[in-house]
Amino acid sequence: MDFVNALVQGTLLGGLYALFAAGLSLIFGVMRLVNIAHGDLIVLAAYLGLTTTVALGVHPLVALIVVVPAMAGIGYVLQRAVLNHTLGDDILPPLLVTFGLSVIIQNALLEGYSADPQKMDAGALETASVALGPLSLGVLPLLTFAIAVAVIAGLQWCFYRTPLGRAFRATSDNQDIAQLMGLNKRHVFGLAMALALAVTAVAGILLGIRTSFDPSVGGGRLIFGFEAVIIGGLGNLWGTLVGGVILGVAQTVGATINPGWQLLAGHIAFLVILAVRPNGLFPRISA
Amino acid sequence: MPDPILKLNGLDAFYGDFQALYGVELSVHEGEVLAIIGANGAGKTTMLRSISGLIANDAAQISYRGQQIGNARPDVVAQMGLAMVPEGRQLFPSLSVEENLMIGGRVNRKGPWNLRRVYDLFPILEERRAQASTSLSGGQQQMVAIGRALMSNPDLIMFDEISLGLAPVIIRDIYKALPGIVGGGMSAVIVEQDITKALAVSSRVYCLQEGRVSLEGRSDTVSRDEIARAYFGVE
Repeated sequence: MDFVNALVQGTLLGGLYALFAAGLSLIFGVMRLVNIAHGDLIVLAAYLGLTTTVALGVHPLVALIVVVPAMAGIGYVLQRAVLNHTLGDDILPPLLVTFGLSVIIQNALLEGYSADPQKMDAGALETASVALGPLSLGVLPLLTFAIAVAVIAGLQWCFYRTPLGRAFRATSDNQDIAQLMGLNKRHVFGLAMALALAVTAVAGILLGIRTSFDPSVGGGRLIFGFEAVIIGGLGNLWGTLVGGVILGVAQTVGATINPGWQLLAGHIAFLVILAVRPNGLFPRISA
Repeated sequence: MPDPILKLNGLDAFYGDFQALYGVELSVHEGEVLAIIGANGAGKTTMLRSISGLIANDAAQISYRGQQIGNARPDVVAQMGLAMVPEGRQLFPSLSVEENLMIGGRVNRKGPWNLRRVYDLFPILEERRAQASTSLSGGQQQMVAIGRALMSNPDLIMFDEISLGLAPVIIRDIYKALPGIVGGGMSAVIVEQDITKALAVSSRVYCLQEGRVSLEGRSDTVSRDEIARAYFGVE
């Protein structure tokens, strides 16, 4: 039964990882930008959530109303003011600039909030559970997984059913020709980053409810996000959800065998899939 | 004669240190169909890429309806009413046929062209509307590329190598459709390797040779010898 429990808990944990990964997948898919600061932006969103809940006295999930548009705005400005200038044939400038951004965000958070771990108080939601046969499922992990599915379904709808999604795909396919169609690629990239950081805001709030966080934890979230994206296959949003679930299940199964193996098991699963399927399980874009 | 809608004023174009165009002077008038001929590497595509904004130039070297657009962004040029059908079609592979056409309509200029009219012009596209654009034949892809450009309701449409790589029967169909495309007062610039076809559909012709205009004349009066000299640079 422990094993079944680990599978279920891992699947639910995979929802959070998919949320970490969805923004990464989106911006890589649209503009081939590998954002090293993504994990730190998740942590920034968690701190913005914390500040909002403290300042306004609202539940962390209500804080999403403030944090999602705030992160989207930060994303648009960041892309237009900084990251657009790094994009070109050379992949090194965006890597270096987002690495620098990561350092800046971490230090700014240290300055503003100190290195003490923080956590958001979601009240009874944190401990509430429902019984499913012999299993007890936390409401928060269930909610997180449901939100992950909803977010990915929403992104999928946006990409394949809306004019904005067509613009994203066209610009991703061929930037020059997309511009000939009247698309301003700088604006399109800004909107893509805004959408990615809106998703990051959701991930950050859920992270902050689930576990304690401090300015240094962004790197770990970035790795989980990367692993989920690569396991699922580049450019495939549903693949990203599958990648997150595989990573989550590997971690919980590893922890069931030996509590010290949790992270190691996730990394091993990632390496095995990378060795067998270098482009991930369901790739839409070749690496 | 009224002022031209498009004018190149001594256009120079560069790829890094390599100069591809040298002081090109050219004009296109309202409702006119202009043919651009020239050997491979003569600078025809570079000229169209410069006009459409894909290659940045000095602002004053290109003017459109009196506005200097030499350094305008491609999306701004498209909004002003210039559209290009690029060499090799270059459809968006992740978009369906209909989505490719609809993305052309994003410019949202007022005019007669819409999905219905494009489908009337190329009925096969309506049958294939949901298919991936890359699954079409070369000729059908060219129809999508033309339809995509028309969807922006341009005042001036530029065709880069309109028949390159297409079967003769398809080329015939596309040229058959051309009067229906440019008949409503739209101007057109046609870059074409097939000189006979280019002269047949155009009112004036320019020949480029090694980045310079080597011939300018009326399509119905220019002689074969003049073209041969301008095209190959031989006396």
